[in-house]
Amino acid sequence: MKRETKIWIVVLALAGVWLIYRAVTVGMGSDYVSITDGRAAPASAWDALTGQGQWSLSRTIGVWVAAFFTLSIFSFLYKDNPFYKLAESVVVGVSAAYWMVVGFWTVLVPNLIAKLYPPAIQTWAMPGLSREHEEFWFTYLIPLVLAIMLLWRLSPRGAWIARWPLAFIIGTTAGIRLVGFIHADFLSQIRNSVLSLVEYDQIDGFDFWKSFNNALLIIGVLCCLVYFFFSFEHKGLVGKTARLGIGFLMITFGAAFGYTVMGRIALLAIRLEFLFNDWLWLIDPTGKRIAENVSAIMPALGG
Amino acid sequence: MYEFFKTLDRRWIFLLMALAVATPILLELQFPEEATGLAQAVFDEIDKLEEGDPVLLAFDFDPASEGELGPMATAFTRHCCEKKLKMYFMALWPVGPQMVDDAINKVIRADFPTLIYGQDYVNLGFKSGNEGVIKVIVTDLRGLYTTDDRGTNINEIPMMKGINSVQDFKLVINVSAGYAGTKEWVQYAATPYPEKIRLVAGCTGVQAPLLYPYIPEQLPGLLGAIKGAAEYEKLVIEKYGGTDPDPKYLEGIRRMGPQLIAHLLMIALIIAGNIIFFIEKSRERR
Repeated sequence: MKRETKIWIVVLALAGVWLIYRAVTVGMGSDYVSITDGRAAPASAWDALTGQGQWSLSRTIGVWVAAFFTLSIFSFLYKDNPFYKLAESVVVGVSAAYWMVVGFWTVLVPNLIAKLYPPAIQTWAMPGLSREHEEFWFTYLIPLVLAIMLLWRLSPRGAWIARWPLAFIIGTTAGIRLVGFIHADFLSQIRNSVLSLVEYDQIDGFDFWKSFNNALLIIGVLCCLVYFFFSFEHKGLVGKTARLGIGFLMITFGAAFGYTVMGRIALLAIRLEFLFNDWLWLIDPTGKRIAENVSAIMPALGG
Repeated sequence: MYEFFKTLDRRWIFLLMALAVATPILLELQFPEEATGLAQAVFDEIDKLEEGDPVLLAFDFDPASEGELGPMATAFTRHCCEKKLKMYFMALWPVGPQMVDDAINKVIRADFPTLIYGQDYVNLGFKSGNEGVIKVIVTDLRGLYTTDDRGTNINEIPMMKGINSVQDFKLVINVSAGYAGTKEWVQYAATPYPEKIRLVAGCTGVQAPLLYPYIPEQLPGLLGAIKGAAEYEKLVIEKYGGTDPDPKYLEGIRRMGPQLIAHLLMIALIIAGNIIFFIEKSRERR
């Protein structure tokens, strides 16, 4: 056995002993629910202490499973390993299954079957649905036929039939998105760039900072446009303007990178907060446990 | 020293980053926040509404971005409750309804138990179709939403009276993690109907720079990432939080502690990386 493997076994064994000790003595990793009108809602250890909540086996298992998968994903930072592979496979499998179920219940049932056979769907799945057919309900036969044509791809013969609905999807998507982009990102952006270089405030008169801001925006737009203008060689005045355009673009990329870093750190922070708060009970930022009280009566709560 | 840094195993950097994020969490470090113009604009757009005004809250995110967007969703819901607005929740992401439920449980059921489902707030649930959904509901909401998330017929929900399209809402509040999200709301709702549809949004850090060009004409206010959430939380707490605000309304502010330390580390690493790069370059020249 390699030395590295031995070290890891010892570290994991010690961590395991510590976790068991904390789970038994403090109740670490336990979760609670409150039941109101037959509906379960998340509750805290404090709610359980005051009789407004109860220990939940399924949610407690959920916390431990989530902690295991979080650590498994983090373990990839050290190196690729079977725990990471397992977590990755579970994510892919569960996501695919979830999408299938959601697709059936939120697309096929309400948007197609319920339009074609409302009484059947009202009895079976959607009690709030009207039993009456909508006007022109038969037009929903078109997407039904298109859907069957799309599935024809799985057939050993006539797979070309699937190209027709695919062409329809591509055409309509392109059409919808084209209009959206031309209106919101092209025409509106041109209008938004036509700004006054001299701004006045009703009280203070000339507004220097607003005017400066507008001027900077216009210069930035023009310089960036020149950079992407390749009909002239980037020399002389055009070259200098293009270089300034590169500067503006670099600032934009820097801002985007900064925001991305902030987003990723926030995601790391929430996972660590989950591990320290919900699983290990090392911190209690929302005051949902009064640690000393909870640990004192934990055996009575079943944790 | 140069050789040590040049050949430094990147796993040490991972460990440093983990410590930089974990330490402020464990020590529960918090830093003061000042609201910027964009957060103030979002706050003002909601705060100027009158009691009973209908507001559409589109929660287009999932658990993967809950860390960034959850605090915004909580603060938006709280603000709407305090203003006694009629809240209509919906989602363009399949897991969005669970995020809506989370906000309802955390804010409405816990702190505003007098609000009644169907009269003061309703969860319209998820609809697939991304921007297609927005394109339809801006003119015909009932054509797509025949029931709410619980399966109740939309005609039997009292607060749906008089709501026929997105144009009937006084404000659309979008919490967005990507596609479909704020960009699509701008493209298919706010831009075609500038007089009828007002939109404010909270988004992930990755999206924020892409949405800035829409400010302020097409998008009056935007909360960018956890920083935007923290600023908005501060404004809501200042006005409605009282002297001892519930910690669940301070999640954004709390999560700015790890941000500060991690960003300082990032800056230090970038400087160190550049120094090594220039030393290497000068050695190559020699």
